[in-house]
Amino acid sequence: MNSIQRPEHSSNSPLSIHAMTVAYDRKPVLWDVDYDAPEDPQLIAIVGPNGAGKSTLIKACLDLVPRASGLVAFRGQPLEAVRSSIGYVPQRESVDWEFPVSALDVVCMGRYRKLGWFRPVRQKDRDAALACLDRVGLADLADRQIRQLSGGQQQRVFLARALAQEADLYFMDEPFAGVDAATEQAILDVLREMKHEGRTIVVVHHDLQTVPSSFDEVILLNMRVVAAGPVADVFDAENLRKTYGGRLTMLAEAAEAVAQTERL
Amino acid sequence: MPDPLPFWLDFWNVLTLQSGYNSSLVILGTASLGVASGVVGTFAVLRRRALMADALGHATLPGVVGGFLLSLLFGAKGPEMLPLLFGGACSGLLGILVVQFLVRHPRVREDAAIGLVLSVFFGFGIVLLSLVQNSVATQTAGLDSYIYGQASTMTRADVLIIAAISTLVVVMGVLFRNPFGQVCFDADFAASTGWPVDRIDLLMMGLVAVVCVVGIPAVGLMLVVAFLIVPPAAARLWSTRLSHILCISAAIGAVSGWAGAALSSTLPNLPTGPVIVLVAGVLFVLSLIFAPRRGLLARKWDEQRRNRRIAEDHALEHLFEHEGPVLGDRLVELFAVRGWSARQINRLMQRLRSKSFVAHSSGGWSLTPTGRSRGMTIQRNHALWTQYLISYADVAATHVDWSVDQVEHVLSEELVAQLEEQLRPEGVS
Repeated sequence: MNSIQRPEHSSNSPLSIHAMTVAYDRKPVLWDVDYDAPEDPQLIAIVGPNGAGKSTLIKACLDLVPRASGLVAFRGQPLEAVRSSIGYVPQRESVDWEFPVSALDVVCMGRYRKLGWFRPVRQKDRDAALACLDRVGLADLADRQIRQLSGGQQQRVFLARALAQEADLYFMDEPFAGVDAATEQAILDVLREMKHEGRTIVVVHHDLQTVPSSFDEVILLNMRVVAAGPVADVFDAENLRKTYGGRLTMLAEAAEAVAQTERL
Repeated sequence: MPDPLPFWLDFWNVLTLQSGYNSSLVILGTASLGVASGVVGTFAVLRRRALMADALGHATLPGVVGGFLLSLLFGAKGPEMLPLLFGGACSGLLGILVVQFLVRHPRVREDAAIGLVLSVFFGFGIVLLSLVQNSVATQTAGLDSYIYGQASTMTRADVLIIAAISTLVVVMGVLFRNPFGQVCFDADFAASTGWPVDRIDLLMMGLVAVVCVVGIPAVGLMLVVAFLIVPPAAARLWSTRLSHILCISAAIGAVSGWAGAALSSTLPNLPTGPVIVLVAGVLFVLSLIFAPRRGLLARKWDEQRRNRRIAEDHALEHLFEHEGPVLGDRLVELFAVRGWSARQINRLMQRLRSKSFVAHSSGGWSLTPTGRSRGMTIQRNHALWTQYLISYADVAATHVDWSVDQVEHVLSEELVAQLEEQLRPEGVS
């Protein structure tokens, strides 16, 4: 019997996932995931087909879903020790946008943990939150109720809330879902700035086309890690086929078919 | 039919606390309870736990009867509030635990679990109550009032306890509003930043349970949930800020408690709970109709204004494209595609004239210079939106707003320039 080869884990990695398995109701959705993020700040994409466990991977790193086995370390530390330096952007659909708060209120929530249980939000906090809204280009919509914002604006409010957390490592779940090209570029610019400030950002991403131009690292995921590393090294047709299997072929065939009808 | 005047006089005296110490005390008690339920009810509704409160209320009945039996054993002469509420709290809590246990089971949904616990516990309570009433009938007088609520049976000590607990609950709700609000809005994010979401949920549900239980003597265990749901539901119509909603909901709860208790003590043999809930219901209906922006009237008004605006835009666009004056009787033809009646057209043109977009002369209707530039803007907007929908079909629909004054108010200038480039016919620069 072959012994399973385990990668070496670095205690300097901002995110180091060791043999993580996650199961819902008996059925495993993530199987034996190993990954070390590079020490330098990077933009890291997680890509894979629907149901591959991309969101679950993020949530399991944040202890939002229980792990069946494995552990996660952040520069060698457990999550509890570094909570305040980890930021999170959940999927936009995960909250009720009818909720009675303004864009600024939502961004202030990024600072609630610092405020603790009882301290009220003060002018200082509001100013900091407004600065974050300004960075994503929404300062003039600060007082809008969140329902009155477009999908792309809601996405940017979530990004501003993450900025307000002032974290070193960020997990973002589909921050580009349902936004137009201009907003996508605006969000990407902010992510790049954050990287230059020394933050590592892990993004669940659904658009394969923009992976090479937007990200440094990629994790190809389909229940297990198919391949992970610098985009230039691992983002190739062979690995994509291993990740998406027949589905990617189908997409390619569809694109081919459309191209043919256009030629006729 | 009694003479209405004495009734109103009585009611006024009770309402303004001039009708004796006891009734004033009762009113203050139910009003403070209203403030507390308005505050914690807001969180319960936002966390979508309102029906859980209903299950809790109904599940208290077996405990109330059990507490009564126990108190008889210890020599009580009739129903006393504290042992009854203690028993109610115990069985209410048990009901919630059963709901949570059932929800964990994959085959039982939350609504089914709540319905199941609510009806089984309440049914058991009714059976228990009937048995007790049949066996020790003389001492059970007043036990019924725990089902529908009878504030007037409360003693001074009862009211003081209720007021103290209500104050405590309000203070807790205000103190913990940040973590509560955050967990209600985005529990996952709250958990990711390290808030103990389970414990915060437990605390919120605990406060709801406390209000439920102390509310039972006044409102009754069947209707106590209404006291928790109706004020926040009405308050949400008035504001979109959590802090304002908390205040408005507390105020509506207080008014319902105050006026409801006053009404029920003025009218003979009326249980307090239903009257309080009716008052709250009336306040809700008034809010639903008259609230600014989200009320029915405001929405109807907005809708009409929007439709009128759309009709005006369409008319200006047609007139702009037509170029040159149009005789009054040819307008129907020009606007044929819209299917407007002659009367609608007439009113529309009068409105446009009053805004000086069009002028009428012997030659017919024509656009004024402002009308022309407005028509041009509308035409350009529509062309740009159409192009945008084509170029960005996947995301455009959520951004397009046909009625906006200028496309630039929604889209960035670069994007508009790009769209204009796409619209330009080939070969023209």
